[in-house]
Amino acid sequence: MSLSRQDVEKIAHLARLLISEQQMPVYVTSLSAILAFVDQLAKVDTAGVAPMAHPLAGQTQRLRTDEVTETDQHDKYQANASAVQGGLYLVPRVIE
Amino acid sequence: MSDWEVVIGLEIHAQLATRSKIFSGAATAYGAPPNSQASLVDLAYPGVLPVLNAEAVRMAVKFGLAIGAQIAERSIFARKNYFYPDLPKGYQISQYEQPVVGRGAIDIVLDDGVRKTVGITRAHLEEDAGKSLHEGLAHASGIDLNRAGTPLLEIVSEPDMRSAKEAVAYMKKLHTLVRYLEICDGNMQEGSFRCDANVSVRPRGREKFGTRAEIKNLNSFRFVEKAIHYEVARQVELLESGGHVIQETRLYDSDKDETRSMRSKEEANDYRYFPDPDLLPLQIGREFIESVRATLPELPDQKAARFAAGFELSAYDAGVLSASRELGAYFEAVVDAVGAPHAKLAANWVMGELSSALNRDSLEIRDARVDPRALGGLLQRIVDATISGKIAKDVFEAMWSEGQDADAIIAAKGLRQITDTGAIAAVIDAVIAANPKQLADYRAGKDKLFGFFIGQVMKATEGKANPAQLNELLRAKLGGA
Repeated sequence: MSLSRQDVEKIAHLARLLISEQQMPVYVTSLSAILAFVDQLAKVDTAGVAPMAHPLAGQTQRLRTDEVTETDQHDKYQANASAVQGGLYLVPRVIE
Repeated sequence: MSDWEVVIGLEIHAQLATRSKIFSGAATAYGAPPNSQASLVDLAYPGVLPVLNAEAVRMAVKFGLAIGAQIAERSIFARKNYFYPDLPKGYQISQYEQPVVGRGAIDIVLDDGVRKTVGITRAHLEEDAGKSLHEGLAHASGIDLNRAGTPLLEIVSEPDMRSAKEAVAYMKKLHTLVRYLEICDGNMQEGSFRCDANVSVRPRGREKFGTRAEIKNLNSFRFVEKAIHYEVARQVELLESGGHVIQETRLYDSDKDETRSMRSKEEANDYRYFPDPDLLPLQIGREFIESVRATLPELPDQKAARFAAGFELSAYDAGVLSASRELGAYFEAVVDAVGAPHAKLAANWVMGELSSALNRDSLEIRDARVDPRALGGLLQRIVDATISGKIAKDVFEAMWSEGQDADAIIAAKGLRQITDTGAIAAVIDAVIAANPKQLADYRAGKDKLFGFFIGQVMKATEGKANPAQLNELLRAKLGGA
């Protein structure tokens, strides 16, 4: 599978990545190459094989009991935040 | 002029009433200081793993059973990818291809008494996002992640509703149901129960659906109704003037009573769902399902049917009285106290005097100042003719404000009804003697003066004369007996 320049621009936008004009051809080529590599899997005959949602076949999700086990440690967790105020993380203004 | 048909489907998000979050052990209590209930999992620190809350699964299954849906033996969690500051992972853990609850249905009753079945496509488990706050912050938004990871059950309806009224009836029915099941507190002010509406219009008679708009941010029944009305008018106007509706997300602004396009969401609607490798498939066994089924309470429709049949109530009354478990229990306790033959009287008082007193004082049924046993005691005094229904309303007000029982108030205020025939007759005689002209007119054929005499006797007895006895005696005396 080969990606167009528009495909890469869209993926970059969805991932909020800024790709420069010079870098763009590199991404188009290398991402297409990665997809081509993975595309080899499509050659395997999977007719009659149930799709798996997880590589750990036969295993299922363990559940936890509904108990509060965490305490308030927001001062520690916020030590590496770039800006906080009154317990809130501050980010560039976003409003609809 | 064209005739348009409205098509509505709702997506309802109900916060599940668990103590801890869906994938972490952080608390879910509302109103805690910012970020005091955001754990490393909720904050998306590297290296953490989500572990599913068993109670959230149990609640989802309980809902599925209540709507007669298939419970998936195996369901999958998926990542829904989008960027927003209140979503630290950059994706929301949700369910996509294999949700826990499959197809089901609920019945709604419309104003004209017509029943309608609304299909539910699916219900899936997912996590709530955090909150963005803007007030009092210059050039910045504040992020509170306490809500991030709160379990949600997203309930997706079929596009089965044909008017704003039907949409509201459906939403109210689900609201009643999740509270009956005790899986959601239903508090809409706090965002525990929210709704997105998919709205489209099509020329009546056409099968193909029109292009829909999705309206977000609907957190009250009234806003759902108003937003749909606005959106339908907008789409019809657009189509009739030769334009076309574009599929988009719109935000309802309750201050302006309008919907407007959320341009920022247009391109973001490519969520690139894929199975979350951090979570294994959820397996739900028959035994577990049956153990949840055993905990199902009497459901709203069952309770309404029992009230209607057992107490000979109208479908409307039965519906009102079964609108919440608390109200139903209150009503039944009143019936217990006054006796089943007087259930209609109990129903009238619960829906009448009690409801208006609760409304007036902005109280919930659990905070009623008159308990059901006391209300039953009051009704007993109507039944045994100690007081009239009219006096009973005054007694009720006194019970509400003073907290005493009916008998104490009746005794203290001397409200006991006069049922002594001799005493009533004596008052009638005095009234007739004092009003010779009216008597003559009545006897000359002015029948409506009967009411005048009733009024005079009631005035003289401060409303305490037994109405039936008074009626009978007065008729006899005016007739010349």
